[in-house]
Amino acid sequence: MALTEIRWHGRGGQGAKTAALLLADVCFKNDKYVQGFPEYGPERMGAPITAYNRISDRELRVHSNIYEPDFVVVVDETLLEATDVTEGLNPEGAIVINTTKSADEVKTHLRGYQGKVFTLDARRISVEALGKYFPNSPMLAAIVAVSGVIDRDTFLSQMRDSYRNKFAKKPEVIDGNMKALTVAYDEIAAQINKGDVCNG
Amino acid sequence: MAINERLSGNEAVAYAIRQINPDVMPAFPITPSTEIPQLVANYIANGQMDTEFIPVESEHSSMSAAMGASAAGARALTATSSCGLAYMWELLYVAASDRLPIALALVNRALTGPININCDHSDSMGAKDAGWLQIYSESNQEAYDNFIMAYRIAEHKDVRLPIMICQDGFITSHALTNIQLIEDDLVKKFVGEYKPENFLLNSECPMSVGPYAVSNYYMESHKAQVAAMENSKQVILDVADEFYKMTGRRYGFFEEYRMDDAEAAIVIMGSAAGTTKDAVDELREQGIKAGMIKLRVFRPFPAEEICKALSHLKAVAILDRSETFSTQGGPVASEICAAMYRSNLNVKSASYIYGLGGRDYRVSDAINVYNELFDYINNGKELVDFNYIGLRSRED
Repeated sequence: MALTEIRWHGRGGQGAKTAALLLADVCFKNDKYVQGFPEYGPERMGAPITAYNRISDRELRVHSNIYEPDFVVVVDETLLEATDVTEGLNPEGAIVINTTKSADEVKTHLRGYQGKVFTLDARRISVEALGKYFPNSPMLAAIVAVSGVIDRDTFLSQMRDSYRNKFAKKPEVIDGNMKALTVAYDEIAAQINKGDVCNG
Repeated sequence: MAINERLSGNEAVAYAIRQINPDVMPAFPITPSTEIPQLVANYIANGQMDTEFIPVESEHSSMSAAMGASAAGARALTATSSCGLAYMWELLYVAASDRLPIALALVNRALTGPININCDHSDSMGAKDAGWLQIYSESNQEAYDNFIMAYRIAEHKDVRLPIMICQDGFITSHALTNIQLIEDDLVKKFVGEYKPENFLLNSECPMSVGPYAVSNYYMESHKAQVAAMENSKQVILDVADEFYKMTGRRYGFFEEYRMDDAEAAIVIMGSAAGTTKDAVDELREQGIKAGMIKLRVFRPFPAEEICKALSHLKAVAILDRSETFSTQGGPVASEICAAMYRSNLNVKSASYIYGLGGRDYRVSDAINVYNELFDYINNGKELVDFNYIGLRSRED
């Protein structure tokens, strides 16, 4: 795996940028060259934002945005109407969408995308694990499962370390976040294992 | 010995500031440089450094306070972007003419208007004639390395000029990437203590800073600044050499990428140089002799050295991330054309404006420029003097 490129679509305040940075962080710990960066428009809560990851075995020099990603993460399904989230997406790759709908139901919004489509109810997972709606942790686990950039156990153990630092002053949220990651990862892994994957 | 880390460009500069532990940092926040004073303030609050942090009410005041501290004999710095730099305007000239070796972490952002928070070089290019040294960075690594070298250059007794270390707003400032850090004790040893020869709080040798200069003295003071700029060239190279011995990372006035047998080249500054390198590699794989020069030091301008590096080319494209409205192309292009004229060098050149207000610059953009250069070289197709990259048409 020489280079994996990932594009995130979210809305300001949902943590898509933070998730992209966490993914870069955890891949860095696995000896990868990484980039995690946001693309800012007018900064405000609720506005569409895009974030990007490059993960590579070789030094990264390109500083442009990503136009032909291998994978796309959609943190907010209302963006499916507003944005062409599959633009340039590799048909050999995949898209993972935060929605209560099935992959079959959302694919009509994907403008004929031929690659794999995964869906995850990040709201349910987050509320059950954390008592609050933070979609970025489940979606982070989902893209790790879909892309295979790191194996499950390494990912989870390193995320626990990251959360220990990030939440040093509120350790009570660490277990909840870990639960959100684990449940999300395993739900996507089950979709992959069952072959229960919709080709768009 | 290097410490492998991953930091954004802003985090990297803040880390360097912590390691240097300067005496005084006045600052006022502005996107995208805000994180730098924020992170430094955290370091101070956590007891990891003891810099005197002054939260001022404007950039006019942050530069004024940095000047006061520097004149008093302290090592001072600040950080800003865009309109923040514009608001420092009159002080930039004063800091340079008072010969105060202040470091400024500039995170490049477009000037308004229209209002835009993203990267271009119009802020620092507007200040190119203020008498500051200017060094540009391709990556978080270079922003860090350049900052570690900054005071050694600025404070050198043959220089004594303020220095601006520039990096591209958001593109490097907010991108988390790999970086190699230097150990604290090595940085401290490399940067050393600041021991100014003359300073206001030296009661042994009372002096005045920034007095009125009548016409009889004003020109001489400017000529002295020019001499300091000229002197800085050797100091920049000497410091880079010492830095290379410490880290293995080599820096000069510019980086030549696959230039040895190149027929055509792009000259560019900042993060877009990395993107251009990938374009060069792609063309080289097809047997096309493309090269690139990444200009690192813009003030002083390394005119003779650049001309020497360009002399074997058949065509060169000079890419600018700012507009001068002169109708004569970008500022880097103008400097290089003037330098070539004085060196009796007549390489066919064209000016390209790119990336204004954060407009993305892609590998394909660089390849298009090379294609135009080689179309001129191989097919005699006219090379247009002044160009815009990625400009949208009415239909887009």
